[in-house]
Amino acid sequence: MAKKFLSGNEAFAEGIRLARPQVISAYPITPQTIVVERLSEMVEDGSLESEFIHVESEHSALSCAMGASAVGARAFTATSSQGLLYMAECLTYASGGRFPIVMMNANRSTALPWNIYGDQRDSISQLDCGWIQAYAVDAQEALDLALMSYYIAEQKGVSTPFMANLDGFVLTHTYEVVDVPTQGQADAFLPKFETENKLDLAHPRNLGFSAGPAHNTAFKYKEHIGLLNAAKAITEAEDRFAKIFGRRYTGLTESYRTEDADYILITLGSIAGLVKETVDNLREKGEKAGLLRIRYLRPFPNEEIADAVSNAKAIAVLEKDISFGNEGTVYTNVNSALQKAGLSRPTSNYIGGLGGRNISAEEIKSIFTELKKEQSQVKFIGIGGEEE
Amino acid sequence: MKPYLRDKAPEKLSEIPDATAYEAGYLVTKNAGWRNIRPVIDKEKCIGCLQCYLHCPDGVIYKDSGKVSVDYDFCKGCSICKKICKPGAIEMEAEK
Repeated sequence: MAKKFLSGNEAFAEGIRLARPQVISAYPITPQTIVVERLSEMVEDGSLESEFIHVESEHSALSCAMGASAVGARAFTATSSQGLLYMAECLTYASGGRFPIVMMNANRSTALPWNIYGDQRDSISQLDCGWIQAYAVDAQEALDLALMSYYIAEQKGVSTPFMANLDGFVLTHTYEVVDVPTQGQADAFLPKFETENKLDLAHPRNLGFSAGPAHNTAFKYKEHIGLLNAAKAITEAEDRFAKIFGRRYTGLTESYRTEDADYILITLGSIAGLVKETVDNLREKGEKAGLLRIRYLRPFPNEEIADAVSNAKAIAVLEKDISFGNEGTVYTNVNSALQKAGLSRPTSNYIGGLGGRNISAEEIKSIFTELKKEQSQVKFIGIGGEEE
Repeated sequence: MKPYLRDKAPEKLSEIPDATAYEAGYLVTKNAGWRNIRPVIDKEKCIGCLQCYLHCPDGVIYKDSGKVSVDYDFCKGCSICKKICKPGAIEMEAEK
């Protein structure tokens, strides 16, 4: 283990280096560029033995990773925003084909208005494409997710591609001290990629075929089960990870002071760090505030959410996303989890941080204050000029 | 040789593979339903040049004792084989 001063992109690149992908194919896009730049340097200086393929687009980047996966190679790609949307056609090919590719997505706003800064509308718009979706809170978790992602995605019952999301700039470009494991530790954690879903001269196969109306639903059902199975694989990966690296993660969600909390804020990604601090400040003043951070949006933590908020008086969902014409998608999912658990709780939705707008500690504090009032609203933070 | 076609469609969920991958030669669905004309090969005129085999966009023409035959389970009836056939050994006939 070595301590290094790394950005989120660099930490993720270190994690990928340790996972030894045999093929990396990517196209640069802000704010993802650094992760593939670092990986290309590692391939160049020999610290990572991998085929680095310069492709002409994101559509090709994922197609290329699928080709690699289809001959049994561990493959990596990375993208962001418009790049993710451009490769959208291939996302469902990778998940339907059950290729356990890992992709880092630097969360960034989607045009128009054109904007390079962070929000989560890119990945959340692709929530239904059949990929596992994880959201990192800091650079250490980014590195650890990079390693764990392959373990989870490649499990036999899962065989599903993995999208690890890092908030653009706020996480991809900020530096912190990160524990970087040794290659020996990483190899002890992550077994070699073995799959039957590949072109193999000894066992010729017909890959990526069509299935008509009679059988299509059955294939999609199996895809759904694969994603649900990821929940168990995540627990297994984290247990194994804790034994080898001494760091413990908490599954699909992370609860912070929720046990006796009256008011709980649910969010995801890097903003959770600031919410944690705000919760501490409010607790010092005797306010019973809590945070529930969603670590995985797919598979969705229905039971974890219901358990964590079962004693709360009111719940807010803060997200960097809006499903135009309705509400934030995370909010929709959270309400569904509560309804299924038979929990009737007042909930509110806060849409913030779009196009990289800063969400301040003061604004988070206001959410907790407003939670004491009547609920059920979709509120945009920071549009200005609006009266209460 | 015409590829061996799966003779029984999957009936149970357990027969559906986990990935879109079967042993070679097995297919889930025949795919020729929209063909309204079919290529018919005159074996007397066929000289076995394999131009149709090379040009068929769906790979449904196969070598058959020095000449060629068509796999009608997958032929879409596009007529490219007829157009490419210099000896004029292929005619398109209406499907009934």
